[in-house]
Amino acid sequence: MSLQLRSITKTFGPIVANDSLSLTIESGEIHGLLGENGAGKSTLAKVLSGFVSPDSGTVELDDEQLKLSSPSAAVSSGIGILHQEPLVFLDFSAVDNMLVGSPRDGNHTKDLAEEHLLKICEQFNFSIDPLIPVQKLSVGERQQLEIARLLWLGARVLILDEPTTAISGSQRENLFQTIRSLAEAGMSVIFVSHKLEEIQEICSRVTVLRQGRIMGTKHLPCPTSDLIDLMFDRELEPQGRKSSDSLGSICLELCGQKVTTHFESGKVDMTFRTGEIVGLAGLEGAGQRDLLRSIAGLDDTVTEGVFFRSRDIGDDSYIHRMQYGFHYLPADRGREGLVDGLTITEHVALASPQRSIATDWKLSREESKKIIDKFSIKGTPESVPASLSGGNQQRLLLGLIPDNPTVLLMEHPTRGLDIESAAWVWKYLMSLTEEGTTILFSSSDFDELMTYCDRIFVFFEGAIIQELASVEATTERLGSLLGGVK
Amino acid sequence: MFVRNDLLFLGLGILVPVCASMLVFLFVDAPPLRATELFFEGAFGSSQRMGDTLMIWVPLLLASSALIITFSAGMWNIGIEGQIIAGAVAASFVAREFEASTPVVLTAMIVAGLIGGMIWGGLAGLLRVRGGVNEIFGGLGLNFVATGLVVYLIMGPWSRRGIASTGGTEPFRPQAWFPTLDGLRVSPLSVLLAIGVLILVLWFLSRTSYGLRLRATGKNPLAASRFGIRTDAYLLLSFLLAGGVAGLAGVTQAAAVYHRLVPSISGGYGFLAILIVLLAGFRGQWILPIALFFAAVSMASFQWQLQLGLHSSLGGVIQGILVLSVLLLSGYRAISYMRKPISEEGDA
Repeated sequence: MSLQLRSITKTFGPIVANDSLSLTIESGEIHGLLGENGAGKSTLAKVLSGFVSPDSGTVELDDEQLKLSSPSAAVSSGIGILHQEPLVFLDFSAVDNMLVGSPRDGNHTKDLAEEHLLKICEQFNFSIDPLIPVQKLSVGERQQLEIARLLWLGARVLILDEPTTAISGSQRENLFQTIRSLAEAGMSVIFVSHKLEEIQEICSRVTVLRQGRIMGTKHLPCPTSDLIDLMFDRELEPQGRKSSDSLGSICLELCGQKVTTHFESGKVDMTFRTGEIVGLAGLEGAGQRDLLRSIAGLDDTVTEGVFFRSRDIGDDSYIHRMQYGFHYLPADRGREGLVDGLTITEHVALASPQRSIATDWKLSREESKKIIDKFSIKGTPESVPASLSGGNQQRLLLGLIPDNPTVLLMEHPTRGLDIESAAWVWKYLMSLTEEGTTILFSSSDFDELMTYCDRIFVFFEGAIIQELASVEATTERLGSLLGGVK
Repeated sequence: MFVRNDLLFLGLGILVPVCASMLVFLFVDAPPLRATELFFEGAFGSSQRMGDTLMIWVPLLLASSALIITFSAGMWNIGIEGQIIAGAVAASFVAREFEASTPVVLTAMIVAGLIGGMIWGGLAGLLRVRGGVNEIFGGLGLNFVATGLVVYLIMGPWSRRGIASTGGTEPFRPQAWFPTLDGLRVSPLSVLLAIGVLILVLWFLSRTSYGLRLRATGKNPLAASRFGIRTDAYLLLSFLLAGGVAGLAGVTQAAAVYHRLVPSISGGYGFLAILIVLLAGFRGQWILPIALFFAAVSMASFQWQLQLGLHSSLGGVIQGILVLSVLLLSGYRAISYMRKPISEEGDA
């Protein structure tokens, strides 16, 4: 038995998420899918499990072409997916969760489900009471229940999408044990992950994706550096910006600050100097965003332990910190940065400190013309954000920052921008640092990190695992750190 | 292409509801042409009828002005009926308790109505901002409370001497009546008040920095908060202002129409105004003609009842059909725009 993917292509607008992917997975094999965020792993998993339909390409199981038009069609064809946090009905019992979505026929009754679940529990050493409400189960146990359900529905191929993200170490061992037994019993397992160590530990082969394309397939184990070479583009190895000797006095200090993330909270102690540019590297959700937001003082974060020019500002709100010259530029510029439906002039009026009752619209319009000019925004004072491209939106956001910001906190400053726009943005940011602005930014673009940063902090699963001077940073070093390998 | 599409939709926007209304008349065995004739006769046929149409226009304008504030803040102010009632109760209290010359009493009633409405609107706002209660449910609940309060006052402390009836309180002293012209029931003062308030509200929303921040909060609260706007405060402000303006509608209903407090003082105009603001697409200048049309349909339904023997609720049916067909059209239009590829402005 084998699963064959033939030239799977899936595009979302201008983005090619899967570019003509062809792959064969044998029965009994644990096959890794490796790549950084946005490489196309999740899209491929969704195509196989029927959540999205591909633009072109076919999937065959045992030389039989499958119709994967919906998740239930995929399951009845024999392909099941285990999500990071399985979709379950928390109030329902374990056995009722198995029945939801099962075919309504004589083979799928409550009694049979219970019998099957107990059998699976015995076989794989699970201990799930069929009648327990699912909310009382841990995430690891919910995964076990989901595996039991997929087996009951006849899955022969099991896709695991980043399955270890939300579970503890011992649960992970149990899961790996289960996966190995399933493979021994002849199942094909596709293990989607960005963690190099896990892939090395459990998979027999791995396929590496980058920007929607297959970069290569390797038998495991193999040297980790081979995988990093496939994952990241290392043609350009730019050199660090400048030495930290030329930097000014300490501007911002974090003392034992708690960064709350999806995983756990880690404490950080860091200092940042006036005019410094610090990059925060890491995979999506590794904690960079939480750190930026907590320095900004946004409501949903722990914001204690922040010192600005030796002054404790831990209790000051976001609005208060804005008055110190703190500015936060979110990654989602259209949703969190700009107010759609308001014109550029209205944005200028919003951002300006004028507090008189009647707005001076003439002044705001003049001001917006100046910003459009200075930041070469393609638009008019009457343009609304939706009519601006990503690059122009970012220029507008930069233009709306009042003069002389002290601390600029940016998420993905050049994501979605073309090369020219990105270069322009950085030229502007560098000019700000020369006037004393400290910049902290998160990015997944290694070139950007290596070119513009004085220092880089690498995040992994909610903690900073390494601090690098920009001269120490190489694609290989960053790549393995992102995958959790020191 | 753009312009032709706009004209097409405008044409359809008029044609579809008119045809649908004609079908309704055919369905109830009424001659459509005669019904149309009666519409104009009933609403505008004499100076008296025109006056009566304007009398309905006033609370519709005031309620619409109130709603455009909360809609701008992204809120569904279903509690508007309660706010109208609260304004009427507060004004009635002043009318009953204070004896003074007409200008003094009327000014005091207007101020009291403003405050009464603000309290009721503010409650819905507080429930939303502090209590996390969706403004639709909070407002709906407060409507019931307000209705109950009015009935209690009319049957209890403010009941007519010797009679406990839901018909209403004793009429106010004439000093507490809005002045009228000879032969007309509408008070020019209330018409001026309604138009003035609408202009003031539109000016506030479009020209002031507070209005701008309120609109920003309504369009995208997340981004607005990134600009340092205290969005909760602006949500509350929108309810206070809307409640105050709605309270004025209660004042005119009590002091210019009924001259006393009656249980149905809000007349359902608050809910009707929601339809008006939806139809106007939140563009203030359209509120004037659309509210006038709604007032005219309400007037015409009396004529349809008298002359054609149709039930008076038919007016409501026609108003509902109008709103539904326009909403359907604009929904269809939005979809047809979405299907077209959006022209991209390139990065420079």
